[in-house]
Amino acid sequence: MTEPAVLIEGLEVRRGGRLVLPGITLPVGRGRVTGLLGPSGSGKTTLMRAIVGVQVVEAGVTTVLGLPAGAPELRRRVGYVTQAPSVYGDLTVEENLRYFAAVLGVDAGRVREAAEAVDLRDRLGQVVGTLSGGERSRISLATALLGEPELLVLDEPTVGLDPVLRRDLWTMFHALAADGITLLVSSHVMDEAERCDELVLLREGAVVAASTLRELRDRTGREDLEEAFLALAEESG
Amino acid sequence: MSLRVTGATARRLLRQLRRDPRTVALLLVVPPLLITLLKYVFEGQPATFERVGGPIVGLFPFVTMFLVTSIAMLRERTTGTLERLMSLPLAKLDLLAGYGLAFALVAAVQATITATVAFGLLGVDSLGPLWLVIAIASANAVLGMALGLFLSAFAQTEFQAVQFMPAFIFPQILLAGLFVPREDMAPALEAVSYVLPLTYAYDALARAIADELDARLALDLAVVSGCIVLSLVLGATTLRRRTA
Repeated sequence: MTEPAVLIEGLEVRRGGRLVLPGITLPVGRGRVTGLLGPSGSGKTTLMRAIVGVQVVEAGVTTVLGLPAGAPELRRRVGYVTQAPSVYGDLTVEENLRYFAAVLGVDAGRVREAAEAVDLRDRLGQVVGTLSGGERSRISLATALLGEPELLVLDEPTVGLDPVLRRDLWTMFHALAADGITLLVSSHVMDEAERCDELVLLREGAVVAASTLRELRDRTGREDLEEAFLALAEESG
Repeated sequence: MSLRVTGATARRLLRQLRRDPRTVALLLVVPPLLITLLKYVFEGQPATFERVGGPIVGLFPFVTMFLVTSIAMLRERTTGTLERLMSLPLAKLDLLAGYGLAFALVAAVQATITATVAFGLLGVDSLGPLWLVIAIASANAVLGMALGLFLSAFAQTEFQAVQFMPAFIFPQILLAGLFVPREDMAPALEAVSYVLPLTYAYDALARAIADELDARLALDLAVVSGCIVLSLVLGATTLRRRTA
């Protein structure tokens, strides 16, 4: 078995005086789509920030692609998309992508490919501030695709998107995974679990389960993931 | 540090500014209008206008770039773009130099227009070379930018950032010796004026305009440059790769 893309050991994070992650240990498999599921406030974003290396942590070791999380070498190899789209609202789609392409040092030709991947090619000349919320999160995602990262950390990338586009994005995620890219995708919508290779269920900063959907169903005897989650939550107290 | 990233950042900032034509118009039109206003305010005291008109041309860029930069940087922080940039292969210096380059350019245009109006139309005299006045004005802009960049880290909202202007900029203008010679102030204030960067920026401008291209001018410029570097270093420490 190859070493995991991400290995988290005893990670503790305190935010605003509260222990948000009280000691998580978790591997994330390479070349797979791992879904990070849990209710809002369960620590999904904090965990993702720790993996990307932008979170101040209290204790624990997070290894990403064989290096400590946040190592300068990883800035080129890890793509991170925050929940709120972090792009310049007063620039056009193309200007945004061109700027981030220049920062990453990738060919300007990647701009069109990235826009194509999120179905924004006909919006290239439009100012981002005039786009819909869904389009804005897609350009944020396109920005992360520019550098052809080995690990993509996506915080709720499909929230508020139309079902057709959501399906297309998940198809793209799996195509990326087939190319060997590791994806960690968070969601608070349980029905997106169907689309993930692996699931990590998070509740109050603790990993309630980390397995495939099938294993989860077998273990709890529940078909519905919402109910399976409830069963596990009660089991763990 | 990479020229490519610095250049791309400067271009990006100028593009953002261009998307906001009203701000550009205000940046370029307000200073010459204020200088004109000042001329007629001092109609009965032309000698006073003669004395302060020139240096004021070089102080506008300091004030405007302080404001523009602190708001621009605050926006980068609040919209999450700074966090994104900090997770990318971008050196902090690239970002700071990009800001400096873009706003120094804008400042040079602003100073040129204001200087043309003041020295060309309003009869303000400069005995020294005009290019030096504009160059010092641009350096002041970079100083204002560097201070704005640093102080913006302490503002959580745009309201606070705007209030930093009367809090940090007005006292420096009052104590710089522009309105009252520094030796006529209360001794404690004169002492304070020695540690404020604008004092040296004003002195450099006054000397350039009086054609006193001497060692004191060189010292003034060295202090202004030192303050720029210091503010940028302090500004860099507020750009965190990791946050709580």
